[in-house]
Amino acid sequence: MKARVLIRPKEGILDPQGQTVERALPALGFDGVKDVRVGRMVELDVPDASRIGEMCEKLLANPLIEDYEILVVER
Amino acid sequence: MIRFPGSCDEVDALGACRRFADAELLWHGDRDLRAADAIVIPGGFSYGDYLRAGAIARFSPVMEAVREFALSGGPVLGICNGFQVLCEAGLLPGALLPNVGLRFVCRQVELVVENPNTPFTRACAEGDVLSVPVKHTTGRYYAPEEALDELESNGQVLLHYAEGQNPNGSARDIAGVSNSQKNVFGLMPHPEHAVDPLTGSADGGKLFESLVAHVDALQPA
Repeated sequence: MKARVLIRPKEGILDPQGQTVERALPALGFDGVKDVRVGRMVELDVPDASRIGEMCEKLLANPLIEDYEILVVER
Repeated sequence: MIRFPGSCDEVDALGACRRFADAELLWHGDRDLRAADAIVIPGGFSYGDYLRAGAIARFSPVMEAVREFALSGGPVLGICNGFQVLCEAGLLPGALLPNVGLRFVCRQVELVVENPNTPFTRACAEGDVLSVPVKHTTGRYYAPEEALDELESNGQVLLHYAEGQNPNGSARDIAGVSNSQKNVFGLMPHPEHAVDPLTGSADGGKLFESLVAHVDALQPA
């Protein structure tokens, strides 16, 4: 089954990439955008979606600095 | 000296070690540490820094042996990417994040010795200032506040950047930390690039000299 894992810097951890994007948006006329966080996405096709959490804890994310969210796209 | 695919400072680091002792390269697929007295994990971009710096290297066969070696008290020094690998492997506390300025920094910095009573700093005195280069993009040391307090009170912050010289936004100007047993140490600056006065400073040699003195002190007379 196909799944996506969204990984982003934990709340409270400075995200200079997000800040830079946030500062760039008003220059293009997009005002009022706040709390931009830049992370990454991992797409997977897995036999058993119940094990993705374990994969995140061990490899896909570093739980000390990153939060992850698992989305099952297609069963 | 461990070499991963993508390591790039192992030759300089090997040369630095050889100024003080015998040293040889181990490949990432090796499982036998050949009775080494100390292990150095050099800088570079192990496995292309894919996913996160150091994230893949920690699963290599040689790292299983390094983990056992470290857990049995053997001294392990991680430089730059080696520091990142040791953090990802859970052998050192904390993590390295992208530099606050989002840029690659390459410059000479001054490091202040906080704790000289370890295998890696015993040739130094408290407060000694070492001039050593940094060169990295992912060097901002992070640990939760309580963990930072604990590191400081346990004397695990062996080196910090001199005032005003923090190149990457590291928490509390931390340049290098050890585990609580003080036998595993990681730092972002590159002592192996500062072992010859020809390159402007030989201060980095102090760390290799310390490590060798530590090993020598353990040998039966």
